[in-house]
Amino acid sequence: MQIEDFLLMRHEILLTLGILIILMADLFRPHGRESSFSGLAIGLMAVITLAGLLPVPQGSLFGGMYVSTPLFTLVKNVLTMGTLIVFLQAHSWMTGPLTLRRRSEFYILLMSTLLGMYFMISSGNFLMLYIGLELASIPVAAAAAYDKFRMDSAESGMKYILSSAVSSAILLYGISLIYGATGSLYFERVAAFYTGTPVQMLAFVLFFSGLAFKISLVPFHLWTADVYQGAPTGVTSYLSVVSKGASTFVLLVLLYTVFSKIALLWQPMLFVVAVVTMVVGNLFALRQQHMRRFIAFSSISQAGYILVGLAAGNQLGMSSVVYYILVYVCSNLGVFGVISAIEHATGKLRMDDYNGLYHTNPRLALLMTLSLFSLAGIPPVAGFFGKFFLFAAAAQQGMYVLVILATLNTIISLYYYLLVVKAMFINSNNTPVPFFRTCCVTRTGLVLCALGLVVLGFAAVVYQQMFDMSFGL
Amino acid sequence: MNVLSLFVLVPVLTIVAMVLVRNAAQVRVTAAVGSVLQFILSVGLVLFYLAERRAGNMDEMILVHDTVWYAPLNIHYTVGVDGVSVAMILLTAIVVMAGVFASWKLEPLTREFFVSLILLATGVFGFFISIDLFTMFLFYELAVIPMYLLIGIWGSGPKEYSAMKLTLMLMGGSALLLVGILAIYFSSGNGLGQSMNILELSKMHIPLEAQRWIFPLTFLGFGVLGALFPFHTWSPDGHASAPTAVSMLHAGVLMKLGGYGCFRVAIFLMPEGAHELAWIFLILTGVSVVYGAFGAIVQKDLKYINAYSSVSHCGLVLFALLMLNQTAMNGAILQMISHGLMTALFFALIGMIYGRTHTRNIYEMGGLMKVIPFLSVCYVIAGLASLGLPGLSGFVAEMTIFFGAFQHADTFHRVLTIAACCSIVITAVYILRVVGTLLYGSVRNPHFAEFKDASWFERSSTLILITAIAGIGLFPLWLSSMIGDSLAPVVSRLISLL
Repeated sequence: MQIEDFLLMRHEILLTLGILIILMADLFRPHGRESSFSGLAIGLMAVITLAGLLPVPQGSLFGGMYVSTPLFTLVKNVLTMGTLIVFLQAHSWMTGPLTLRRRSEFYILLMSTLLGMYFMISSGNFLMLYIGLELASIPVAAAAAYDKFRMDSAESGMKYILSSAVSSAILLYGISLIYGATGSLYFERVAAFYTGTPVQMLAFVLFFSGLAFKISLVPFHLWTADVYQGAPTGVTSYLSVVSKGASTFVLLVLLYTVFSKIALLWQPMLFVVAVVTMVVGNLFALRQQHMRRFIAFSSISQAGYILVGLAAGNQLGMSSVVYYILVYVCSNLGVFGVISAIEHATGKLRMDDYNGLYHTNPRLALLMTLSLFSLAGIPPVAGFFGKFFLFAAAAQQGMYVLVILATLNTIISLYYYLLVVKAMFINSNNTPVPFFRTCCVTRTGLVLCALGLVVLGFAAVVYQQMFDMSFGL
Repeated sequence: MNVLSLFVLVPVLTIVAMVLVRNAAQVRVTAAVGSVLQFILSVGLVLFYLAERRAGNMDEMILVHDTVWYAPLNIHYTVGVDGVSVAMILLTAIVVMAGVFASWKLEPLTREFFVSLILLATGVFGFFISIDLFTMFLFYELAVIPMYLLIGIWGSGPKEYSAMKLTLMLMGGSALLLVGILAIYFSSGNGLGQSMNILELSKMHIPLEAQRWIFPLTFLGFGVLGALFPFHTWSPDGHASAPTAVSMLHAGVLMKLGGYGCFRVAIFLMPEGAHELAWIFLILTGVSVVYGAFGAIVQKDLKYINAYSSVSHCGLVLFALLMLNQTAMNGAILQMISHGLMTALFFALIGMIYGRTHTRNIYEMGGLMKVIPFLSVCYVIAGLASLGLPGLSGFVAEMTIFFGAFQHADTFHRVLTIAACCSIVITAVYILRVVGTLLYGSVRNPHFAEFKDASWFERSSTLILITAIAGIGLFPLWLSSMIGDSLAPVVSRLISLL
């Protein structure tokens, strides 16, 4: 192994360095002086994002424990970009008075999580995957309890760590059964021996359930709403976008490679889970008033749409899931950007408070509308294309029933997305959110989302790239 | 740069300009300039099209332009027009222009209103020029979604309810459509050489088993927008709550998207399916025609009367399309144009009358002919066009439809045709009743005497529409033959396949 080989791990090494730099900066901070790490963290993430765009060789390290392919690098870039946007949007919160004295924690925790996700994506072995998953979960729980003097934030951290522990246990049980059934933990060898004996089936179901917790698929979604509602908005947006995206991608890769031989088992399973997830997510979202809770249920249903593409099991499915993750990052961060800007300026978080927002803050309202339309799949924003490709993938496999159920669900979701639009544009309000200006860093984060929403759909080259990197069963 | 893309580009540039200009007055002028430009473009397109045909260009579509967009799914940005789409583009341009003038004094949020209105127009133009299923679907949804804000913000009455109902029902239709489009794509070409292009698809054969379920799906999907019974319920509420220009555009143009889509996608691509299943939809459309007309009789609100009359007239469009012969289909397209113009005129006039009387209940008004003669005369003209008086566009269209429908000699078609014919009589009843109560008699309310007659922008709006209605009524031949030429290859393919 040569020193150049470590270039493969460029993302991981850079990020580790970044975490250490912030840790050191906090350690050697002049005594008694408060400083903000926001600029530093954003700068570091920007460097990692840019470095990620450089061309990279593909290959594996440590005897197949660590694998890197262009597709993995691409997804890591998407996640890095998502984190960058989260940091940009959290800027005004992180420089405000509420977070004095423990600002570096936020960045260190989230960046550690991201590191975990990198390893999770690049793993070539179930143990590596498990370690990555744990690294991606435990710091998030600490971050969710970041506002520890607020009851519901502490509660949210606790709930997350407990449910995460349970899901890890189930996942680990699945992994141990996989080992028992195949005699190996390396993906390639497991794939070769995975023929669908009853034990292997059971192992797969347990493993899938463990991951389903992270993606908050129904019936493993019960933690989602409470955690989203309690955690600080910055952490929630990270949780719902980056964390979910990474776990979904890992599930995708495993299904299409390691478990490809038992597609006959998991395709009907995903069919059922997808339908239930969409329906439950949508029906519960209908009546929510708290914005973060509202988005929690909306993002559950979004995971259901992603499963529609996943269930297809073809090249179109893989590329459209990756594409949808990217689109979802932009759309959901757009929504969260507006929510956090308003929360920071006024402390308002209920849907009623958004009444008449367009009249006082037209730009925020427009971004919110664009993002919600993207989530609902309305042209010309990117979500329309994303949904179309997901459904096309399922249609190619002849799963028209699933496609019909999914499109009907988009109509239900359109209803509650329009409720927010209605609040902002149509409802009148005696005490609307007053006009305010977001600081330029936060605004950059918002503009990036808006750009992504508008450009991603029309620039076919992005999807084409993903399609070329993808493969079917 | 393709000439047809201008039809999308001009509205988009108009929107950009409207966002940039300073005040409401400038926004109005920009919108007017943009829509007039669009009108000139479409007149140019008609002339160009006629010249091409006269020069012997017999291609099915002209001005075809094709750019690859998403290669993995064979999605192209493909545009092209035939006689039918040229006629629809002209209709759209006229109605949009009239709509801009009709909402000249609209407040508040003038800028946002015109931006949404032109966005809707962009979607409609894009829909009519596309011959790629994906782009078509994209523009279709783009045309529907601004309706929510247009009705919700500037509407009247139970506007939030109506806006939500309309949006969800139309989007429900488009959900079926999405499935239909995907199914068409994946069942075309037997696995190789799948296509989204309508021209290519029409040459490929979609298996009959697939057609049996895709045809109803797409027909229903578009039929929702074409107010097909029993999915028409969004239409009366939506029209009644919408502001004037939106009702005009919606009834005049947007509902035509439904008819056009049924023709271009459902029937054109799946002729065998259409032939087999036409009877179900014929019954539904027959119900639409008669039920809509009866619905209009019992209404008291001017807008509801017209909304139900639209259900009836648009039902006639789908009814005629399903007859699957040259004459009836020709009549269907003519009816789309005629109804588009005349219903736009109706809604414009209703808006103008409502702006003065502040009521739409016909029993609270009367004798308007004495106080606002210009508007009243226009209303009579619209009414006469609607009940099919010779010399106006409605006659040409309905005559052709029933002529074509009667060519089917079997009892089923005959009975339905006769039932549909009855709607003409019912139409006459409700039109004449409204005209009598509203315009003649004594002036009920003393305040009415102070009304001013139409202002310049109201006059221009109505005159544009009346000119078009009378133009088609008096000189129908060029339009009818332009449509007929384009229908001929379609119909011959229909016949040869059966």
